[in-house]
Amino acid sequence: MTTATLTRPVPSAIPEQASRGPLAGLNDTFVLARRTVTKMLRNPEQFIDVSLQPVIMTTIFVFIFGGAVAGDTHAYLQFLLPGLIVQTIMFTSMTIGVNLNTDISKGVFDRFRSLPIARSAPLMGAVAGDIVRHLIAITVSLVFGMILGFRVQTDWMHVALAIVMIIVFAVSLCWTSVFVGMLARSSGAVQGLSFLIVFPLTFGSSTYVPASTLPDWLQSWVAINPVTHVIDAMRGLLLGESAMPVGTTLGGELLWVLGSCVVLVGVFFPLAMWAYRRKI
Amino acid sequence: MTLAIEAHGLTKRFGSTQALAGIDLEVEQGTILGVLGPNGAGKTTAVRILATLITPDSGTARVAGYDVVKDPREVRRSIGLTGQYASVDEDLTGVQNLVMIGRLLGLSSRGAKARAAELLAEFDLAEAGSRLAKTYSGGMRRRLDLAASLIGRPSVVYLDEPTTGLDPAKRDDVWNMVRSLVRQGTTVLLTTQYLEEADALANVITVIDHGLVIAHDTPQGLKRQVGGQTLEVRPLSVSDLGAVRGMLAAVGTREPEQPAPDLLSVPVADSSALDYVVRQLADARIPVAELALRLPSLDEVFYSLTGGAASGSAPADSAPILQEV
Ligand SMILES: Nc1ncnc2c1ncn2[C@@H]1O[C@H](COP(=O)(O)OP(=O)(O)OP(=O)(O)O)[C@@H](O)[C@H]1O
Ligand SMILES: [Mg+2]
Repeated sequence: MTTATLTRPVPSAIPEQASRGPLAGLNDTFVLARRTVTKMLRNPEQFIDVSLQPVIMTTIFVFIFGGAVAGDTHAYLQFLLPGLIVQTIMFTSMTIGVNLNTDISKGVFDRFRSLPIARSAPLMGAVAGDIVRHLIAITVSLVFGMILGFRVQTDWMHVALAIVMIIVFAVSLCWTSVFVGMLARSSGAVQGLSFLIVFPLTFGSSTYVPASTLPDWLQSWVAINPVTHVIDAMRGLLLGESAMPVGTTLGGELLWVLGSCVVLVGVFFPLAMWAYRRKI
Repeated sequence: MTLAIEAHGLTKRFGSTQALAGIDLEVEQGTILGVLGPNGAGKTTAVRILATLITPDSGTARVAGYDVVKDPREVRRSIGLTGQYASVDEDLTGVQNLVMIGRLLGLSSRGAKARAAELLAEFDLAEAGSRLAKTYSGGMRRRLDLAASLIGRPSVVYLDEPTTGLDPAKRDDVWNMVRSLVRQGTTVLLTTQYLEEADALANVITVIDHGLVIAHDTPQGLKRQVGGQTLEVRPLSVSDLGAVRGMLAAVGTREPEQPAPDLLSVPVADSSALDYVVRQLADARIPVAELALRLPSLDEVFYSLTGGAASGSAPADSAPILQEV
C-alpha cells in the first residue's frame, strides 16, 4: 500500500481569500462587534445599570454634597458632571471582563478558534461592540445632567471631541478589564478585581473636589492618575479652558490622555491576549 | 492513496492525566475514519489537536497538507468542527449564528444569508431559524452546530460524538448527511462510543483507550477480531424453540445459547446468516416476537481487544471494564 501525504493543499471551498486582505481583520472585528451588540440589545437589563448609575450618582452627589462642597448645587453640578461622565464610563468599561469571562466558558469560542480568523478577533469584537454601551452611558449622563441644569459652555465641536476622547479612553481602559476577565476563574472574581482597579483611579482624582483641596500625599497620586487628566480635559472641552486647574492647558491634557491610552493598550492588550491564549 | 489527516505520536498531558500517550491516526482523503473509545479515552483531545484548538506536547499532525502547529491558519481554512458540546451562541437566532460564521469565513452578506438558509433547510431547522438558539432542544442545537461547521464547505470535517443525544430518526438524518458529505469528496473523522455507529459509517475504525491506539482495522476486520455478531431470535411461542434452535445451529459459529427462557442466540460470521434464518422461519411459518442481529457492545469490543490486561482494564466479571481515568 503506497501512501502519499498531501503536498499540495486541497483546494479550500472558502471563497478565495481576495476578500481576506488587510481589511479582513476589520471585517471580522465588525462582525463580532455586531454579535456583542445583538446580545446586548437582547438583554436590556444590561442597560439598566449603565443608565441608572449616572442618574443615581449625579442625584446623590449634587444634592447631598453640592451645598457643602461648592456652596450651591448648580455650581457643583457644573464642576461635577464632566467627572461623573468619566466615572460612569470607567464602570461601564469594567463590565466587559465579566461578560467575556462568562461568554468564553461557552462553546462558541471553540468555534471562533477553529475559524481562519485572527486569534484576537473575538476580543477585539467584544471591545468594539461595547462602544454602543459607552455611548448610551454618555448620553444618559449628559442628558440627565442637562435636565438638572448642566450647561455646556463651549460649542458642539468641543462636545463631539469630548465624546470621542472619552470613548477612546474607555476602549483603551477596557483592555485592563479584558485581562482581568481572562485571568480570573469566575465572573464574580472579575467583578471584585475590576472594582479594585476602578476605585483608586476614580476616587483618587479630581472628580468630586478640586485636586488643590486634597492632602499632599493624595495630590501626588492625583497628579499622575491618568483619570485626572481625562477629567481635566473633559472640563476643558465642555466648560472651556477657564474651568481647568491653573497651569493646565486643553492641548496638554489631551496629549496626556492620548499618551495614557497608548500605554494602556500597549501594556494590557498583549497581557490580555497572553491570558486569553492561556485560558483556552 | 492520499492522506487528508496524518498524525504521528501525538501526546498530551493535562496535569497528572496523560490524555494522549502517543497515537497515530491516518485518514485517506474522501473517507470516514471512526475513532472509537470509551469515556476519557482521549477522543476529544485528539480532535482538538487536529482542529488546532490545542497543541500537542509532542508528535506531529498534518491536515489537508498543512502542519497543525506550524500552519494552524491554513488548517483552519480547510476544516469544519462539530465539537462534543454544541458551540452555538445561545443568545443569537439560528440564522444569526450561521450568518455570523459565514461572514467570518469571508462570505458576502447576501452569500452568508443564502448559505444559512440552505443549511437550515437541510438540517430541518428552517422554521426554527428565527428563534433564539437557547430555545432549541438538545437535538436542534446539535444540528445547528453541525450546520455551522459546514458553512465553509470544508474539505475535512471533525464530528465529535455527533449523534449523542439525538433520537433515532435524527441520528439517521445525521448519518445520511455524513454519507452525502463523503460522496462529495469530504474527509470525515468521527468519534463515537457506539460500535454500531462506527460500523454504519466508517471505512476504517481506530479504537483508542487510555490515550493509546489499541486497534486499527476495517469494521469487518474489527468484528472478526472481536468475535463478530450474534443473531438473536425470540419465537412467539416457546413450543417453537426446538425448531429455531436447529436453524440457528446451522448458521452459527458455535452452539446456540439460551440467555432467557424464550430467547435463543448464536454467534454468526456475517449478516448473510440473518437472511437465511428469516427465510427458514418464513418457510416453517414460525411467528417471532423478536429477531435481531447484534453487534458486540463496546464493552465486549474492549474486553476482547485488551484481553482485560493490555491497558489495565478491569477483569472480566461484571465490574465496569471501561472506566474514566
Ligand atoms: N482541559 C483539560 N484539563 C484537564 N484534564 C483534561 C482536559 N481535557 C481532557 N482532560 C482529561 O483527559 C482525558 C481524556 O479526555 P477526552 O475528553 O479527550 O476524552 P474522550 O475520549 O473525549 O471522552 P468522552 O467520551 O467522555 O468525551 C480525560 O481523563 C480527561 O479528564
Ligand atoms: Mg469527548
